[in-house]
Amino acid sequence: MAAVSGVSFDVRAGECLAVVGESGSGKTQVLMACLGLLASNGTARGSALFAGKELIGANERELNRVRGTGIGLLSQDPLSSLTPHLRIETLLTEGLVDRGLATRIKARQRALQALAEVDIPEPEARLRQYPHELSGGMLQRVALAAALMCSPQLLFADEPTTALDVSVQARVLELLAKVRDRGAGVLIITHDLGVVAGLADRVAVMYAGRIVETATTDGLFAAPEHPYTAALLAAVPRLHGDAQARLVGIPGDPPQPSARPPGCAFAPRCERAVDTCSESRPELTQCASRNQLGAVQGESGAATTARNAPITAVACHRPLQAAAEIA
Amino acid sequence: MVEAVLADARRQSLWGDAWQRLQRSRMAIVAASLLLLVCALALVGPWLSAYTVAQVDWSQPTLATPPSFANGHWFGTDANGRDLFVRVWIGTRMSLLVAVLATLVSVVIGVAWGATAGYLGGRVDGWMMRFVDVLYALPYMFFVIILTVVFGRSLVLIFLAIGAVGWLTMARIVRGQALALRQREFVEAAIALGLSPATIIARHVVPNLLGTVIVYATLTVPQVILFESFLSFLGLGVQEPLTSLGRLVAEGALEMESSPWLLLVPSAVLALVLLCLNFLGDGLRDALDPRQRR
Repeated sequence: MAAVSGVSFDVRAGECLAVVGESGSGKTQVLMACLGLLASNGTARGSALFAGKELIGANERELNRVRGTGIGLLSQDPLSSLTPHLRIETLLTEGLVDRGLATRIKARQRALQALAEVDIPEPEARLRQYPHELSGGMLQRVALAAALMCSPQLLFADEPTTALDVSVQARVLELLAKVRDRGAGVLIITHDLGVVAGLADRVAVMYAGRIVETATTDGLFAAPEHPYTAALLAAVPRLHGDAQARLVGIPGDPPQPSARPPGCAFAPRCERAVDTCSESRPELTQCASRNQLGAVQGESGAATTARNAPITAVACHRPLQAAAEIA
Repeated sequence: MVEAVLADARRQSLWGDAWQRLQRSRMAIVAASLLLLVCALALVGPWLSAYTVAQVDWSQPTLATPPSFANGHWFGTDANGRDLFVRVWIGTRMSLLVAVLATLVSVVIGVAWGATAGYLGGRVDGWMMRFVDVLYALPYMFFVIILTVVFGRSLVLIFLAIGAVGWLTMARIVRGQALALRQREFVEAAIALGLSPATIIARHVVPNLLGTVIVYATLTVPQVILFESFLSFLGLGVQEPLTSLGRLVAEGALEMESSPWLLLVPSAVLALVLLCLNFLGDGLRDALDPRQRR
């Protein structure tokens, strides 16, 4: 059973890519596959290049050279991802100390600095505390500090704001933007389009284990191509606009991984679906209408790539903008 | 207000924290105190009496005299006329020594083996646990007897032999726990940080198992005490004139009708030790869970 297939994207240094999609669309599994963290009954095939090194099929030793120092991971729930019986100090410094990259004292100074960078008050006192003694928002910032301790070139953030309240969300997003501006690549997984708008340079929309649309953030919000993307956008409440307008939900549920239709997986829920949609699966193709909207080009230092992934592409037989042009 | 309280709370290590919480559990403290008292008596008890462990008191009218303060045999004498007070504390000393050392051996091997197998999983786990299964299939007794026959009888060997067979169950329990812990997010996070498996096992997995290990270890101690008395009974364990609680109970059971104190006194000490260990184990388990705060 393929939970995810045909997924292809790249992240460049100093760039933020957001992967968006409903729960169960396979967003997290893609990241886990890149880090060699799939469950023992899962296998990854294909290619994931990090700074020219192949990660899929790499052995633990090779992976450990990339984990932490090359790619950092920030997970959704900091309380369960920080080992409960270890002090913040140990959690922050162990990556450096165990690799022999720094002495305990140097690593401690680096930890203090990292905590200060993520705006943690009284870093000295925090180092001596345990994870359960800190609040959720503070913990997520500590987890971010931990992920950044070894100065990774690429940061995977797996729904980093889902478990936080709104005011704290904003701070975490600011910090992620800071990380990106300092030149690291950031790959953020989210189902919050607000997060996408605020942080991401480019977006990949996933549905039922496939990427259905990739675009620049501006392009996506201005002119979504895929009906699913359009429906997602329509489901977001707006501050300025008709207060009486009803939010439009997407009827139905995403298909189970074991029972995905042969054609477009979104076809059963799609208003624009025609017979072809449920018969043949549309391939991800570059969309002519939007290519000139401009791509964010960074130098290709840190990149998890499947090469030649187009910046803007859509997998749909009847994309919206093409139709608009014809009409 | 809350700020002040937080600032006041002394930041301590895991063990310091656990110790504070242990002190709050009254049963555990009572048990620990009693256990300490028993240990102290086991160390100095024999010197409190005027008699020595192998000395037969011919001055009494019968060999097995009942407990009495008048003649200095506070716990009476055994069927051979030796002072039971001295023998009980010598026996306690021996039993505790065997129990603690053998349990230590089994905990060290069992935790290391089980945590490694459970964490690594897959084929390594399969081979490691099949090896445990094979050892399980060997008759316990047979194994220990071969060891003592080959290497001769010595106390150290008893510790090693009992520990070496006692770790099997420990390894299985620890492996099951480690298997579950491996799925936890913080272990995944540690892997994603690029830590080596040895570090993850030692720092992130094993401390999380300690609660279970301690509880099981406190259950292992009585098993070891009983196992040792069985070995002694076969003539493979502690040798006369030294003795152990298990031996004293076994000998006392033979004289149960004519001189009940020979059974009652060592049994009472044995029961006290075992009960205290159980309560202490319970208390430790609660105290070592860092998220349990009352």
